[in-house]
Amino acid sequence: MSPPPRTAAPDPAARRSLHRARPRYGERVIQALLLLAALVSVATTAGIVISLIPPTAEFFGRVDVGEFIGGTEWTALFTKPEYGVLPLLGATLLITVIALLVAIPVGLGAAIYLSEYASTRVRKVLKPALEVLAGVPTVVYGFFALSFVTPLLQEHWPFGEGPDFNNALSAGLVMGVMIIPTIASLSEDAMAAVPDALRDGAYALGSGKRVVSVRVVVPAALSGIVAACVLGVSRAIGETMIVAIASGNRATLSFNPLDAMQTMTGFIAQAGSGDIPVRSFEYKTIFAVGALLFVITFVMNMISIRLVRKYREVYE
Amino acid sequence: MTDIRVTEPPAHAEPRKLGGPRFRPGEAAFRALLLCCLAVGIIFLGVLLTYVLVEAWPRLDSRLWNNFPSIRRPERAGAQSAIFGTIWVVAFTALFCLPTGVMAAIYLEEYADPNRWYNRLIELNIQNLAAVPSIIYGILGLGLLARQLALGTTVLTAALTLSLLVLPVVIIASREAIRAVPQSIRQASLALGATQWQTIRRQVLPAAIPGIATGSILALSRAIGEAAPLLLLGAVTYVAFNPEGLESAYTVLPIQIFGWISQSREEFHHLAAAAIVILLAILLVMNAAAIWLRNRFSKRW
Repeated sequence: MSPPPRTAAPDPAARRSLHRARPRYGERVIQALLLLAALVSVATTAGIVISLIPPTAEFFGRVDVGEFIGGTEWTALFTKPEYGVLPLLGATLLITVIALLVAIPVGLGAAIYLSEYASTRVRKVLKPALEVLAGVPTVVYGFFALSFVTPLLQEHWPFGEGPDFNNALSAGLVMGVMIIPTIASLSEDAMAAVPDALRDGAYALGSGKRVVSVRVVVPAALSGIVAACVLGVSRAIGETMIVAIASGNRATLSFNPLDAMQTMTGFIAQAGSGDIPVRSFEYKTIFAVGALLFVITFVMNMISIRLVRKYREVYE
Repeated sequence: MTDIRVTEPPAHAEPRKLGGPRFRPGEAAFRALLLCCLAVGIIFLGVLLTYVLVEAWPRLDSRLWNNFPSIRRPERAGAQSAIFGTIWVVAFTALFCLPTGVMAAIYLEEYADPNRWYNRLIELNIQNLAAVPSIIYGILGLGLLARQLALGTTVLTAALTLSLLVLPVVIIASREAIRAVPQSIRQASLALGATQWQTIRRQVLPAAIPGIATGSILALSRAIGEAAPLLLLGAVTYVAFNPEGLESAYTVLPIQIFGWISQSREEFHHLAAAAIVILLAILLVMNAAAIWLRNRFSKRW
């Protein structure tokens, strides 16, 4: 690699400097420091796992795993405790489904409009406006669900008896609106990544804008859209304040959205905000439910990340 | 198809204009439907803000920031300790998470070789952390920081927990800002003999600062609105004093609001709405600052 010497062999030290920079220890130290900062995030995950495992293990030392997964009674904070997680899991699932029924169609519609129909100027105004929704603190959503949406539903309920003061429906509806920006903005990114050649091909065959959007752009961006929805599910499952405020603190196994019910996050919030002694068994239940929540959202996040990578590989 | 005429088409068969838009009712309806979807979010936001303002109006006065919370006398209650608590906690959150986040972003963008397994692991890990429920961070703070490291339920624990919570947001935003700096600037600096760190410090960072600042402000406004993790970290609702240091007990606005929402008396309802207006006003100012920064300093390369 080195050029042939034109003159007599120069001083070897001076020659070496051409091949290789002199070692700069300061640069190395800085690089190590930066790596250390990046490792803080890995330490965070490790910290979460470390803080979850011992109390969870102690919990399952006393409570049978089958009883936890299959039990239909959750009375962990009562004097005669039962530890069946199904009521918490069922409530989480029901509220998540309600939220997604709102968020997926509305979010997707907003994404199609922003990506396919809106002019650059309109998009510049509407997109930030939609993102303001994501910036509203969740306590505020909870307040709105409890004191505006619930009375509204109770007043105008068309059939039979209306919803309870605490109910899953208003929590789910408001949570759905909260998730719209997540789904809309990620789906729009995926649609924007679809190459124009696909659109032009469809237009050349005589399709209108609606057909191009629904039959060409949406299928081409599908993995990104699914990723957005999965991330929405993950956010709905992990949302705490809305359900703690609006859906109640009674763990009941019910699939009637008009009933009060308690989700996994709702239980953690309720049990954790009281002053529970460290050695007590109630303290351990917080971590057991937390571990279940972490595992579920972890799986969801991994699926979502995989799907996003897939569409990036195809189009970018 | 065999009948190929070379003559002009007959005059009475008026040719349809090629570019002329044919009215398609399906298209128009679809477009209207999509607009409705956007409207849902924006109308919801409008109704929410109006409702909160109307409910807050009777209590939106100086009692709110001059007085301390009280359960027995809602008419004299205020949120001063919560406002100061929020300032304390968020200031230290910024102090902890901004340097760490920016440094991590510099590492990932400028040094990390994406083909190494550990760099890929860090990246995957950050993407996952960004979507971990915030209450899980509360469990981390409770189990590890408050109990194992015996930091107790103090301003310090709250700030550390919130730092970890918003760290992924800071990292992701800073990485985008750093990535937007064109490669040619780095190459020019390196060609003039600057080392990699000199290039980063004198060229890349100054160019990326507006983007980093915007992302950081948005991350901190998330920290301000966060309540769930602090529920587990003893942000007691009725704290009748302002924090005096890192070891101090504290409460923050979202937790204070949660506490007032849980009370059944009418006065507390208005008090909660009034505190929400203060919280939203703080967030509005921060977001306006972020947008101003972006428009004022952002460069097009």
